[in-house]
Amino acid sequence: MTRLASGGLVDRSRRLAVTFDGAPLVAHPGDTLASALVANGVRLVGRSFKYHRPRGIVAAGVEEPNALVTLGAGARRTPNLRATEVEVHDGLVAVSQNRWPSLRRDAMAVNDLLSPFLSAGFYYKTFMWPPAFWERLYEPMIRAAAGLGALSGERDPDASEKAFAFADLLVIGAGPAGLMAALVAGRAGARVILADEDFRLGGRLNAERMEVDGRPGAAWAGEVVTELAGLPNVRLMPRTSVIGAYDGGTWGAVERVSRHLAEPPADAPLDAFWRIAARRAILATGAIERPIAFPDNDRPGVMMGGAVRAYLNRWAAAPGRRAVVFTNNDDGWRTAEALVAVGIEVAALVDARPGATPPAGPWLAAAGAVVTGTRGRRGLRAVRLRDAAGERWVEADLLAVSGGWNPSVHLACHLGARPVWDEGVAAFGPPADGVPGLLAAGAAAGAFSTRAALAGGAAAAAEALAALGLAAGTVDIPEAEDGPVAVTAFWHVADAGGRAWVDLQNDVTVKDVALAAREGFRAAEHMKRYTTHGMATDQGKLGGLLGTAVLAGLTGRSVAETGITTFRPPWTPVPIAALGAGGQGQGFAPERLSPAHTAIIARGAPQTEAGLWRRPLCFPRPGEATVRAACDREVRMVRSTVGVCDVSTLGKIDVQGPDAAAFLDRVYANTISTLAPGRVRYGLMLREDGFAMDDGTVARLGPAHFLVTTTTAAAGEVLAHLDFAYQCLWPELDVAFASVTDHWAQVAVAGPLAREVVNAVIDAPVGSDGFPFMACGPVSAAGVAGRLFRISFSGEHAYELAVPARHGAALFDRLVTEAEARGGGAYGLEALNVLRIEKGHPTHAELQGRTTADDLGLGRLVAAGKDCIGRGAAARPGLSDPQREQLVGLKAIEAGGRLVAGAHVVLPGGHTTPPNDLGYLTSACFSPTLGREIALGFVRNGRARTGETVRVVCLLRGHDTPAEIVAPAFVDPEGERLRG
Amino acid sequence: MRIACPLCGERDLREFTYRGAAVLLDRPAEPDPVAFDAYLHLRDNPAGPNAELWHHAFGCRAWLRVVRDTRTHAILEVGLARDARGRLAPGVGEAVVPAEGEGTA
Repeated sequence: MTRLASGGLVDRSRRLAVTFDGAPLVAHPGDTLASALVANGVRLVGRSFKYHRPRGIVAAGVEEPNALVTLGAGARRTPNLRATEVEVHDGLVAVSQNRWPSLRRDAMAVNDLLSPFLSAGFYYKTFMWPPAFWERLYEPMIRAAAGLGALSGERDPDASEKAFAFADLLVIGAGPAGLMAALVAGRAGARVILADEDFRLGGRLNAERMEVDGRPGAAWAGEVVTELAGLPNVRLMPRTSVIGAYDGGTWGAVERVSRHLAEPPADAPLDAFWRIAARRAILATGAIERPIAFPDNDRPGVMMGGAVRAYLNRWAAAPGRRAVVFTNNDDGWRTAEALVAVGIEVAALVDARPGATPPAGPWLAAAGAVVTGTRGRRGLRAVRLRDAAGERWVEADLLAVSGGWNPSVHLACHLGARPVWDEGVAAFGPPADGVPGLLAAGAAAGAFSTRAALAGGAAAAAEALAALGLAAGTVDIPEAEDGPVAVTAFWHVADAGGRAWVDLQNDVTVKDVALAAREGFRAAEHMKRYTTHGMATDQGKLGGLLGTAVLAGLTGRSVAETGITTFRPPWTPVPIAALGAGGQGQGFAPERLSPAHTAIIARGAPQTEAGLWRRPLCFPRPGEATVRAACDREVRMVRSTVGVCDVSTLGKIDVQGPDAAAFLDRVYANTISTLAPGRVRYGLMLREDGFAMDDGTVARLGPAHFLVTTTTAAAGEVLAHLDFAYQCLWPELDVAFASVTDHWAQVAVAGPLAREVVNAVIDAPVGSDGFPFMACGPVSAAGVAGRLFRISFSGEHAYELAVPARHGAALFDRLVTEAEARGGGAYGLEALNVLRIEKGHPTHAELQGRTTADDLGLGRLVAAGKDCIGRGAAARPGLSDPQREQLVGLKAIEAGGRLVAGAHVVLPGGHTTPPNDLGYLTSACFSPTLGREIALGFVRNGRARTGETVRVVCLLRGHDTPAEIVAPAFVDPEGERLRG
Repeated sequence: MRIACPLCGERDLREFTYRGAAVLLDRPAEPDPVAFDAYLHLRDNPAGPNAELWHHAFGCRAWLRVVRDTRTHAILEVGLARDARGRLAPGVGEAVVPAEGEGTA
């Protein structure tokens, strides 16, 4: 045990059952997995990515590169979590990654011996021949050897959630600057959200011993949090990582909702993905300490100085017994003092700055000195120092390193602005106005003292409040440490030989960076891609600047000139399940059900998707083993007796107003205004570029009242188009319209006995004279007011009967029952499709955006005497060129000949090459009526080719079928059945 | 991105769909192919303010004329398209020269 006897922000009265690689750890509430590992003396926690080097905990927060663990088992397995961010709970089971068979004895550690051959980009140069081996052998091999943890591959049993929040001010980070900003803004009455990744708010105040306002920093932070929690206008969001800045004051954030709970409530999501809209924001994300590159700087026991202080002070966990401190700045001195304060021996305080005057203490203080090597395979045993007196080994099991602090400015750069080099702190600082409305404060703005952070937070809040039009009250800045920043950039102990790591997670060393520079990858972005420096979960948080600084030195440029790789969202890894929350299974797309759905399901119809709608494929009867068998029977049934089909999914738009007819004249290619009340007309809509958009029927229910139908798939598009035509082009028209698709159930009755079935259901029977083809009018069915349309999609004598949606299932049921009594029945989408192909009616297979009215054989429909959308462009000669592909029917010459949609129409006798290609099929089916396969398709100059024999070729399926070009109506071309 | 719909207030980008430049409001009166070719196909590509049409498709269904800075996505102006018809937008037909160093990254 290395838990200190006293101190720390952990609840020692409770012990939690936590295991790491099967071994139990003593852990308390308040611990992270990393602090529990440190407190239990576990030093070896992982293996490195490429060389499988033993690795230990380096940091105490989001920047941890080594201590990646997998939590949970089975389908709940979650890999690649940073132990420094895992809040312990009772029953937590964590295992290490990237090792086999065990963490202590990892067979792949042989890679470390091969490291001279495994330099950056080695696989590009080595695994080149034979080329086919790359995908099948080399890549799988490399991926298996180098890697992180793995997902289970099973379906995720947990749910995450999406959530939305709105605020006047979003404060990102709850250290001294963030707390102060939230306090000032909260007291002024602004709606404030304070978000922090940690489960305990306070930031570095929890990790240091400094006082704020005469109290320990953590105590002051606790008091502020208590006050903020009591303000109704302030929302505290611990465990919430703000991961991205987006346009217009929108922020993305991930909240860990129940990952830290031993027994989460059944309805608690694992994570919540937040979309936060904030009028202003304050970046109080603090800073991340950076390492120094020296030989073997990756051994377990080499740790960041600030992390050492955090383990000592916040978690009362001692990362070692005898320490060496290596620094290039005054902050490193504090680490030595903090170690001694808890009784840990400090063998040496090594300051790289030649003129530095490190404080006197029970340690060897050496200025202008460096660390030139380390020993200890699975844990640090000794450190080699070099100062004026020469080089020597010092026994130590902890080496606390500080290369200075990098402000965490990532979010300020997410909209494309570049960070700005700040010589005063030897680091990149936030760009001014990189994100509109965002102000940086505290360490994120390069203000590293506690007092400066507190003052900076208050000032940023005051500025934000002024912009929001709120008055900031006077707030006293508490007394706190206010030392100056004293740092001299120092990156790399250059003349010591050996391997010096710049990126621990991706196993990138100074040698790799040098190789990249030598081979011409001199830009920071190129070096990153060549060496993998700053990739994976780490994204260069720890060593990003170190790598580019080394590159700068090697290429004779300043760090400012060399720049740093682009910061992009997300700031920390986000589970895909959180981003896609709600999108599993049926949540992927909403499901629309027809008002007749229950009656359809009750008849055992298998369902198919039509856009978001569920529609019946067919209504199989006993003995019908295939959809095709049921479909053929349903087609014959409609042609011989009567069939009933739910058509409620068709788009329906109600158009009313004195100018309704004039409006419809302008959106339809054909004339609508001449339609008499009580009559229906086919309507074709064009896009403004002259191509066909959609078709349907227009029923005139009254002088100033129309009902327009659209195809099922295009209902939304057509409504948006009408919105555009009215609001943007002709707002002066007195017309109003609304979608009534969901308000009406509509059922088609088709076949020679259609009238009998309809008359059996409606209260006042209709006859042929009073209700001819293309008539419409009000009816009542069992006392329910409805509408009857005599229209036909099948080519048969047919009606469509509409009633309010709540009666849809009952209407469908009644009509099917009446049809069955006459030898008919229900039919589904398959039969509907065959019937319309037999009749030559286009659907969106034909209205596919590249066809004109003339292509469809509807050129004469485009009225000449009026303006309408598409008229100007449709008049271009090229759009009615006879050499365009025109809609035709195709009929297989032999009874067994195969026609499939997508097949090409080819000139007979020639090769199947583009010059002989005449067109293609868009819809095809077996026609029970004709006893062979038929199709609709587009053929160059097709109408003039009627009667010609062509080949229909599908090379994918191996079909080559002789077919005859015919007019697109295969059944009853004269329309006698319709009118009967 | 957030757009302040004149009817609904400020709303998230996901409630809107984008149509294109606001020149679509100025539809030629006569079916002249040349005029329609320009209306349908010819667009400026300004680095700066650009007048555009957005549809509040998952809100009030209003078509909006939005002036957006293409460099920053800043929304400079929002109005109902029905009130803006026939009015040419700033930035349309005139080049906006970016300041030194801007718009080239």
